[in-house]
Amino acid sequence: MAAMLEVQGLSKSFRGLRAVADVTFSVPEKGIIALIGPNGAGKTTCFNLIAGAMKPDAGRVRLAGKDITGFRADIACDAGIGRTFQLVKPFQDLTVLENVTVGALHKHGTVAAARRESAGFLDMLELGDKRHMHAANLTLPDRKRLEVARALATQPRLLLLDEVMAGLRPTETDRMVTVLKRLRSETGLTILLIEHVMRAVMALSDRVVVLHHGEKISEGTPEQVTKDPAVLECYLGEGAI
Amino acid sequence: MNDLTVSGRFALVVLVAVLLALPQFASGYVLSVTIICLYLSFVGQAWNMMLGFAGLLSIGHALFVGLGAYTSGYLFTKHGVPPVIGVVAAVAIAMIMGSIIGYLGFRFAIGGVYFALLTIAFSEFVRILLDHAKFLGGTEGLFLPVTQESRRGVDLVNLRGAPQMYYYVILALAGGAFLACRALLHGRIGYYWRAIRDNPEAAEAVGVHIFRFRMYAVVLSSGMAGIAGVFYAFYYNNLFPEQVLGIERSIEITLAPIVGGVGTLFGPIFGAFILTPLGEFLTYAVDGLKESGIIAKNVKTDGVKLMFWGLAVALIVLLQPKGLWPWVCKLLGLVKPPGERG
Repeated sequence: MAAMLEVQGLSKSFRGLRAVADVTFSVPEKGIIALIGPNGAGKTTCFNLIAGAMKPDAGRVRLAGKDITGFRADIACDAGIGRTFQLVKPFQDLTVLENVTVGALHKHGTVAAARRESAGFLDMLELGDKRHMHAANLTLPDRKRLEVARALATQPRLLLLDEVMAGLRPTETDRMVTVLKRLRSETGLTILLIEHVMRAVMALSDRVVVLHHGEKISEGTPEQVTKDPAVLECYLGEGAI
Repeated sequence: MNDLTVSGRFALVVLVAVLLALPQFASGYVLSVTIICLYLSFVGQAWNMMLGFAGLLSIGHALFVGLGAYTSGYLFTKHGVPPVIGVVAAVAIAMIMGSIIGYLGFRFAIGGVYFALLTIAFSEFVRILLDHAKFLGGTEGLFLPVTQESRRGVDLVNLRGAPQMYYYVILALAGGAFLACRALLHGRIGYYWRAIRDNPEAAEAVGVHIFRFRMYAVVLSSGMAGIAGVFYAFYYNNLFPEQVLGIERSIEITLAPIVGGVGTLFGPIFGAFILTPLGEFLTYAVDGLKESGIIAKNVKTDGVKLMFWGLAVALIVLLQPKGLWPWVCKLLGLVKPPGERG
């Protein structure tokens, strides 16, 4: 299958600290790839470089063959990247429905159409009955769901999910996994996710990329990666699985 | 209208009816105070578009009012251009100034309070410039010709007429601004503005071109303030840089929306109709106290109104930071909760 996302030699330093160092991986179309690693491994920085929130020092990012390296975030969104933020960034004074509507307006010409479309995404993420609450009043798991709904509403080709399972109960995690799998099969969505919840990583991802100190130290199927001694040592620990 | 409860609709109908009929029964004094209220709700609406909708704090809005006033005043006095045409030039110049400030601010990512300082700097710069512009009267002022007979009748082309005419003009402007802002706020641009206001980074991630939409806010807002300036010039008929562009004027513009409710549509109107009459009453009361000798006649009391306004803003910020209007709305049940709208 053709690659939806190709990341090649991506690097970014902050005041001499190499946050992301020469990272290369690719995500096939309709694939679900997990990016894991200990805190400070450079996962979120990687997302920021791909989605245009930061410009890389070196390396290329290609989306469906098109070079989008260093694009501004809104242009990256135009190109087809939707993202969530690890530290959630809701539009506080807007209602849940309005939050998602802002996303849906990206593809819809009128507010009425965007609102209709948004209602569907809210139901999908189990936020339907909270649609008239202000985002500021949501619990953290609900804010994470809102992040996903808002990103989905832009109808991306590639969805970047940054720790959206954190704080969810195991049953809620399973439901989110089901939703994401359904999205892939129904809409052909490609997903790259950062996740610490191994339950979700194991259930969702086709392949796993492991980062440590900004470098890729391992890549493979979930089963392969969780048996890789290098990964066990730096991240999962003995007997983690 | 769909958002309003039955009592909300009733209140709106009564308000509109009273405002439309006011010149029929109100005294000249009440009419002039109401004109000030409407004027402040109009410029307040313009200012609110920037801070309340798009999250951009301007403390230099008198600059745009001043540019509109001076442009139309100059064209009228020196070249005989009537204000209906002059307003086009006035709005254009105000918008150009707005886009210069916006471009500098957003291109170089001058955010928050620093952007506010930029607006002050430009406002003060132009004020000092006008002090030295002889062709605009300088510190001696620019006077718009007005005759006794032009005080009667209705001449909308030249904005010359009785107070009743000015009243209806500013009523139309305030009403039009309210409707225009309402349409903007509920459209794509309003959603994008509020998204940028609440979280620029997240807005950009869902495809919002932040620079462009911030520019729209500044340009539209400054254009509206420019129109206000034309009204100001032809209502007061004399323009002094200190009086039109002084920082007190810019602060005055912010008061009504802050007290009424930043980001709300009706807040600027509500705030103006609370603050202005209270200020008038205070002046009246202090004069009364002087008359009756409770306050010595030689005590200066010019600053009483300003002190009161300062106190009002401090109290609002401490007690009702979202402004009086949302609170009153809830208290009287004027607006439906979002879940019950169509």
